[in-house]
Amino acid sequence: MNWKRSIIAALFAVPLILLFAYGFTKDPNNIPSPLPGRMAPDFRLPVFASGEPPTTLPVGDTVHLASLRGQVVVLNFWASWCLSCRDEHRELSAFARRYAGKPVRFLGVLYNDFPAPAINWIQEMGGQQYPSVNDATAHTSIDYGLYGVPETYFIDGNGRVAYKQTGPVTDSILTAKVDSLIAALPAAAKSGAAADSALPALTPARTSPKGAP
Amino acid sequence: MRRRSRWAIAAPLVLLSLAAMPLRAQGSPPQTADTAGMSIHSATLSDSALDAETRGVASQLRCPICQGESLQDSPSELAGEMRNLVKTQLAQGKTPAEVKAYFVSKYGEWILLDPRAHGFNLVLYAAPYVLLVIGLGVIYVAVKRWSANGPAPEESQQEQH
Repeated sequence: MNWKRSIIAALFAVPLILLFAYGFTKDPNNIPSPLPGRMAPDFRLPVFASGEPPTTLPVGDTVHLASLRGQVVVLNFWASWCLSCRDEHRELSAFARRYAGKPVRFLGVLYNDFPAPAINWIQEMGGQQYPSVNDATAHTSIDYGLYGVPETYFIDGNGRVAYKQTGPVTDSILTAKVDSLIAALPAAAKSGAAADSALPALTPARTSPKGAP
Repeated sequence: MRRRSRWAIAAPLVLLSLAAMPLRAQGSPPQTADTAGMSIHSATLSDSALDAETRGVASQLRCPICQGESLQDSPSELAGEMRNLVKTQLAQGKTPAEVKAYFVSKYGEWILLDPRAHGFNLVLYAAPYVLLVIGLGVIYVAVKRWSANGPAPEESQQEQH
C-alpha cells in the first residue's frame, strides 16, 4: 500500500515543486514590457543638454519623435542620481560617437530629475555625445512603461519599439541591436544618413524647457 | 482518548484548508464603477468625486518601483506622477476601466493588483478552492476510516477496566 501513498504524495508534490522551480527562475524585478512590437509612444520634449558635434541640438528646441521616422532611434532614460547610469554612460556615449554618420539617432530622456544637476553630471562624466531632453511631468516615461533608470528603447525605422533594455546597456547589446535595425532600413535611408549626420527635421518651434532652473 | 486525538489532528488540517482561501488583494478597496463598462461616464465629476475615483483607481494599480504597494499607498515620486495621470485622464472623461487599460497597455497586466480572471490567471483563483475541496476530501476519508476501524485495542482494554 505504501507505493499508492507515494504516488498520491508525488501527484501533489511534483506540480508544487515545478511551480516553485518556475517561480525561482523568474526575476521579480524584471517586468516584461508589452511595448516591443508596438508603435513607440510619440512625444515632444524640450532639449536641455545639446550634446556634441555632429549630433548637437540647440537647448530649448523641441524634439518630436515622429519627425525622426525613417531612422533608428535609441532612447535612453537616465537621471543624475542613478548609479547604474554611470556604468553605461561612457560606452553609450562612445558608441553614439562611433555611429554618428549612420542612420541612427541617440536621445537621452531625463527622468525624475532637474536639468541643472543633470548638466553638472554630464560635465562630471566628461560630456555626452547625444542631446538630452527633459521629461518634467514623467508622462513620457510612463508612456514607455518605465519603472526605473537606466532603460533603453530601440525604435526601428517605422517607429516601432524593437527592443527594450532594462538596466545598463553595453557596447555588445548596442552593436547587436543597432546594426540589425540599420540593416532592416531601406537602402535610401542608409545612404542618405551618411551624407547628413545632423538630426534632421526637428520641430522648429523653440520652447522654454519645462522644469528648467 | 484516541478518537479525540484524531480530531486534534483533523482540526488543524481544516484550518489549513481554510487558510488557503484566497485573501485577494489585501487592502484593496471595493471595485469602482469600471464594472459598469466603458459606455457612460460622467465627464463633469465634482472635485471630491474625482478625488475619490482617483483613489479608487490608484488603489487597484501597482506601483512599478515598490514592493507590492499600490499607487495610492506609495510615497514615491513616480507613483505620485502616475496618480496625477490617473486624475487627469478621469477628469478628461475616461472611465476607470479605460484608465486601467491605459496602464495595462504600458506595463502589462502586472500593473493590476488584482489579476484578471482569464487564461492562466484562473489557476490563481481556482487553486485555493480546489485545495480546499481536496483537503476536505482527505479529512472525510481519514475520519471515515478511523471510525470504521473502531476504538484502538488499548482503549478497549481501558474501557473494560
